[in-house]
Amino acid sequence: MLFGDRAKYLGIVIGLTFASLLITQQSAIFAGMMTRTFSFLSDVALPDIWVVDPQVKYIDDIRPMQDTEVMRVRGVEGVQWAVPLYKGSLAVRRTDGTYQSSVLIGLDDETLMGGPPQMLIGKLADLRRSGGVIVDINGAQGKLAHILPNGTKEPIKVGDEMEINDNRSVVVGICKVTQTFQANPVIYTTYSSATSFAPSQRLMLSFVPVKAKQGQDPHVLCRRIEKATSLRAYTRDEFKMITFLYYLKYTGMPINFLTAVALGFLVGVAISGQTFYNFTLDNLRYFGTLKAMGARNGMLLRMILLQALVVGAIGYGLGVGTASAWGMLISGRTQLAFRLPWHLLMVSAIAVLVICLSSAALSIRKVMKLEPAVVFRS
Amino acid sequence: MIMDRNMESTSTSTFPVAVSCEGLTKAFGKGEARVKALRGVDMKVKNGELLMLVGPSGCGKTTLISIIAGVLRRDAGECIIFERDYDCMSEDETTLFRGKNIGFVFQAFNLIPSLTTAENVATPLIINGLKPRDAVRKARDILAEVGFDHRMMESLPTDLSGGQQQRVAIARALVHQPRLIVCDEPTSALDAETGRKVMELLQRLGRGENRALVVVTHDSRIFDFADRIAEMNDGRITQVVSSARELTTAQSKIE
Repeated sequence: MLFGDRAKYLGIVIGLTFASLLITQQSAIFAGMMTRTFSFLSDVALPDIWVVDPQVKYIDDIRPMQDTEVMRVRGVEGVQWAVPLYKGSLAVRRTDGTYQSSVLIGLDDETLMGGPPQMLIGKLADLRRSGGVIVDINGAQGKLAHILPNGTKEPIKVGDEMEINDNRSVVVGICKVTQTFQANPVIYTTYSSATSFAPSQRLMLSFVPVKAKQGQDPHVLCRRIEKATSLRAYTRDEFKMITFLYYLKYTGMPINFLTAVALGFLVGVAISGQTFYNFTLDNLRYFGTLKAMGARNGMLLRMILLQALVVGAIGYGLGVGTASAWGMLISGRTQLAFRLPWHLLMVSAIAVLVICLSSAALSIRKVMKLEPAVVFRS
Repeated sequence: MIMDRNMESTSTSTFPVAVSCEGLTKAFGKGEARVKALRGVDMKVKNGELLMLVGPSGCGKTTLISIIAGVLRRDAGECIIFERDYDCMSEDETTLFRGKNIGFVFQAFNLIPSLTTAENVATPLIINGLKPRDAVRKARDILAEVGFDHRMMESLPTDLSGGQQQRVAIARALVHQPRLIVCDEPTSALDAETGRKVMELLQRLGRGENRALVVVTHDSRIFDFADRIAEMNDGRITQVVSSARELTTAQSKIE
């Protein structure tokens, strides 16, 4: 019946499409942004454990430690290797004289463990050259690019010199990293270079990434390291989770996105519910006719549910399809965070299902209570 | 009871009784707003008979056929349809009984606009559990009997004239071989000639030894199709006539 009433059919499909689009898109942007909060941990895949100062609450909450802590961690039983890692935010001078805050990562001089996940130009080993740095492609082409006199941007290239916190450095490579939450450029160098670039202070060590020995349970090793050093040790997933939870709790982002998602849900319920109910009211005569002809409530219930689920499936497909196409189109060209794992598709599907069922519920109630005698009333 | 005797006496049919109502009452509303629609109706309709119910608006015709068709519960009295009493059936049993035994023809046709003609006619069969493909095949057969070609069978009701829609409605009422057909003003939305054609069709296809027809109508032009005409007024059957000549007198009273 519903498919014969094109105006209402399209109204419901558009309502569900809009709801599905808004729910999926906003959730995907939220997921993308939250993933960026621990992008550094995702990029540095080798260590099983991250040892930090006990006061550290998330990955960007740097509380420097003494360099000697690396030795203490190495001494714990079950540790295969442990290396120093520096992470800080330093000002980089651009060619137009302005400064750009950038993330500086200092890798262990010997092993260069924790380097970028993908080198585009140059080699990681070139970091050992005096003042050598590797810049991420987004930064090289964007915030750190040279500003020419005519105002256009020229990407940084290998061989260019940069001023990091008033220290000379040379670009020896271009890499690709996962975008950070703050979207600042990421610069890699050696630990010794990083500590010379950074403002001098008593404590410089940010993290001690640790590899557990073969067969060693990382959780058990964490507890052992904590006991031996009085530092805090997290497995990679734990560190990701506390970072994720910190941003979830303190940034207000979930409320903003939840509001948008809830709005999409409510708009879907309002448009689809009202249109579906109107459709039922308009067709009560036919439902009455079917009842008079012997159709039982169960059959009419299935009819209404089938119609609701079919428009739901169409609306969901169109909404999710549009959200995915939009995400692919926009995130490749802009800094937009967009991540659409299957969990979000499920969430969106459940939301659309709830919209459809709640829309159908009012109609079902009306039809179930309908007296078949209505067919003889003019 | 006078009416009952009258009906018995005027009937020449030897078929068993299809519908038997005695002392049937029905009221709507509560308190001061309570309206008595039926005030003790006695009536019998025999198998093979076409009975017309006539009377002014609000006299209780529609209430009576609603109770006979099993879409409305009575307040008191007795209404036996093919030896079954709706009051002894559950809601589900009544629905099932209606689906198998009653055919409906409505004033406004009530064809589902999104279904094709053939699908509309197939609906009672599908409700009764036939597979849609078989149901549509049977629907096509009966549509051919009412003069529909293949193209018209695939048309939507909105593409058909009023007369054609009523022919579809008749086909829908007959397709599952019900034993009782109730028609509510089947010709009132049609012109005189089309109305007669529709009644001829109903007469040709609907009449049968094991089937009764109850037709509610205001249309005096079709009275000659009836075996008997029961006149209603103020919730009671006031007169039953059996021939066209008597009919003329009765109709003048109604109007």
